[in-house]
Amino acid sequence: MSQNTNKIMAWIDDRLPVTQTYEKHMSKYYAPKNFNFWYFFGVLSMLMLVNQILTGIWLTMQFTPSAEAAFASVEYIMRDVEWGWLIRYMHSTGATFFFVAVYLHMMRAILYGSYQKPRELIWIFGMLIYLALMAEAFMGYVLPWGQMSYWGAQVIISLFSVMPYGDLLTEWIRGDFLISGATLNRFFALHVVAVPLVIVALVVMHLLALHEVGSNNPDGVDIKKHKDENGKPLDGIPFHPYYTVHDLVGIVVFLMVFCTVLFFFPEGNGFMLEYANFEPANGLKTPEHIAPVWYFGAFYAILRAVPDKLLGVIAMGAAIAVLFVLPWLDRSPVRSWRYKGIVSRIYIVIFGFNFALLTWLGTQPATELLTLIAQIASVIYFGYFVFLPLAPKFEKTKPVPERVTGGH
Amino acid sequence: MKLGMKKIFALVAAFVPALALAAGSSVPLDEHLTDLHDKASLQRGAQTFANYCMGCHSMEHARYNRVAKDLDIPEELMMENLVFADKKFGDKMTIAMDQVDSKRWFGATPPDLTLVARVRRPDWLYTYLRSFYEDDSRPWGVNNVVFKDVGMPHVLAELQGNQVLGTALVEEGFDTLTGQPIMVEKEHVLYIEEEGTLSADEYDKLVYDLVNFMVYMAEPIAVERERLGWWVLLFLAIFFVPVYFLNKEFWRDIK
Amino acid sequence: MSQDGVNKARRTLLVGATAGVGAVGAGFLAVPFVKSWMPSEKAKAAGAPAKIDVSKVEPGAMVTAEWRGKPVYVARRTEDMLNTLEGLADRLKDPENANKAQQPEYADNLYRSRKPELIVLLGVCTHLGCAPKYVPEVEPQPFDPNWQGGWFCPCHGSRFDLSGRVYGGSPASDNLVVPAYMFESDNVVVVGVDEENA
Repeated sequence: MSQNTNKIMAWIDDRLPVTQTYEKHMSKYYAPKNFNFWYFFGVLSMLMLVNQILTGIWLTMQFTPSAEAAFASVEYIMRDVEWGWLIRYMHSTGATFFFVAVYLHMMRAILYGSYQKPRELIWIFGMLIYLALMAEAFMGYVLPWGQMSYWGAQVIISLFSVMPYGDLLTEWIRGDFLISGATLNRFFALHVVAVPLVIVALVVMHLLALHEVGSNNPDGVDIKKHKDENGKPLDGIPFHPYYTVHDLVGIVVFLMVFCTVLFFFPEGNGFMLEYANFEPANGLKTPEHIAPVWYFGAFYAILRAVPDKLLGVIAMGAAIAVLFVLPWLDRSPVRSWRYKGIVSRIYIVIFGFNFALLTWLGTQPATELLTLIAQIASVIYFGYFVFLPLAPKFEKTKPVPERVTGGH
Repeated sequence: MKLGMKKIFALVAAFVPALALAAGSSVPLDEHLTDLHDKASLQRGAQTFANYCMGCHSMEHARYNRVAKDLDIPEELMMENLVFADKKFGDKMTIAMDQVDSKRWFGATPPDLTLVARVRRPDWLYTYLRSFYEDDSRPWGVNNVVFKDVGMPHVLAELQGNQVLGTALVEEGFDTLTGQPIMVEKEHVLYIEEEGTLSADEYDKLVYDLVNFMVYMAEPIAVERERLGWWVLLFLAIFFVPVYFLNKEFWRDIK
Repeated sequence: MSQDGVNKARRTLLVGATAGVGAVGAGFLAVPFVKSWMPSEKAKAAGAPAKIDVSKVEPGAMVTAEWRGKPVYVARRTEDMLNTLEGLADRLKDPENANKAQQPEYADNLYRSRKPELIVLLGVCTHLGCAPKYVPEVEPQPFDPNWQGGWFCPCHGSRFDLSGRVYGGSPASDNLVVPAYMFESDNVVVVGVDEENA
């Protein structure tokens, strides 16, 4: 039986490099043996991508993308389609957990300098995935055509009016003089087909770029520097089976959290499925408080912190754009925060919590006090990117070990 | 909703200011202890809704047969008591009122209420339905503390009685010497001037049942969702065992 | 990293256990996706039994109702019409209802109905699905000089007698389908359910 399998594989391999690819990316891809908790989130992001695609396809079977029928079709899925409610909640909860995984995945890169040379391109692809993901999530939220779908779209699209030919641009994006079924229809096409294809292509590029240079690790040590007589990194282990079984543990734990939210708090207390969105879109009635879903909070907070519309949009754009050039801002001779100076270490921790604070602020009404806090938090945010190129000038780093520490 | 789970999450999310504030309502709301397992309550709520609300408010996303199944109401009883006109058992709960007419009569078309409990939340609904008061300046003669200048008449007035917003004596604490309640004169208080067919407690209970029903209608799958959730978590806990030991076993290889 | 002293048996067991429980989980996960393809409540409501009031149907006349998107013919046959049925056997492809799938048990008779005078048929030609026309008059027709009354399908010329049985020479091979039905009262026919399977 195994002989026949070998014969079949040989036939295939002569025509398509299946075994070779499998070995290159799984059974003979040597990853550092000291991955920790922060290293789960790449796989978990992929898990969520698969979840969104699978449940998304199924929702497309029952959803009607027209302004007249969209809202009712979502309730149809929730009530009349067998198990429709579960598929819907898997998709809405999945969106949140996708961002949870992605944000933690990005934090890992910041902690361990995974964006530093030679991994700049991996980081760039990652940032492009993040951008595409934000566009995807934004358009997806418009589809149920609730009050927040409509007015969220209204606010975000109107931001484009600050650009040159702004009014023409916004009309072109909307396909109408106001947010309407024309907008919904095109967002549907982009959300279901175009952007997912882009995301999948970017993820493939992201992984290929990663495997080309090899994974970083919590110590920031280059494991390729020390190889055995067979050319295998001394501190490396084959991804399969060691990290496949390792990631499985992470996946099961993640799913436990995911399912707890899905089955017991699918609305996320209004942070995931906003309460206002259970009311059909009404162009004549603006909700008292227009808030984005939580994962856009940070950039929305930065936008609102600046009292001028144009400058606010520029600030928001800059907040995202500055992340792209992170590899060139961080001039530290060491990769991992473990070996950076005390100031850097403190600022990294502050940066993380500050981003969380900004995220929360973006979901709250813009009172005087909260706006002031958002302004301070925005300064702290941008300050980090000013700090990074300056830090090596006055900070002493700790000596980086030759071989990885800790491990499993 | 399982009260236990709700409280735990509330603790975790304690740093989040109440979204009720965000909604603009600074009126303190009475708590609605929703219990979707109390089918008798849901049935009473369904009856109240059919008798008092469905004249003007549809629940267009819901079907009669689903309500009957979830609330354990036999088809015949359902058709007799809760289904009007020529609607069939499998039909959606729409109403005959013309939207143009109703806009004219009420200033705004009475909204569909299938999802209102998810938009306004149960505490708001429970307080709203008990907060109408006499106001001659309004077209229907009533206003509402929770929803200022609402266009809706007080449909349940015959049951609650005539409620007024004014100055009244309110109990506030006890005199430690005499053991008697201390009566304080307070302004801006709701009180019943003329009783309706139900006592205050009975009316509260009726509204409690009605809101319970509306919470059910907003998400009929809620009870089943939580039930399944426990089984899923159990499965994952079981699955965790071989997964954990599989990982540990392979990592023995790594020094 | 070394594979010396590996307890192969324990590894196999653990891989097996994980794969086994995982497969069960995958099976559970597949259920909602597969089941969501079943007809929704909306489809079931539209597919619900149809009630037809036959009190106004004159002898010899037919009414057309709808059930699950298909035409349902209910015809009130006269004594004369019923008498034509016996002698037709050698002109028909399936005079004795040999194909049991085309009618419920209670319609497995000469009249293909519960009550002789009322026949309930699906107006769907068993050839390619057109709606046959009702031609009750017993007189020569362009498509049959010896027409004894029944249904004629204009699409490809299939012919059916007054019990819906298919004539030889028709492109159709089976008798018209008698759907499940019952009498809720003397004058109300319910198509789509019957007491036997209620």
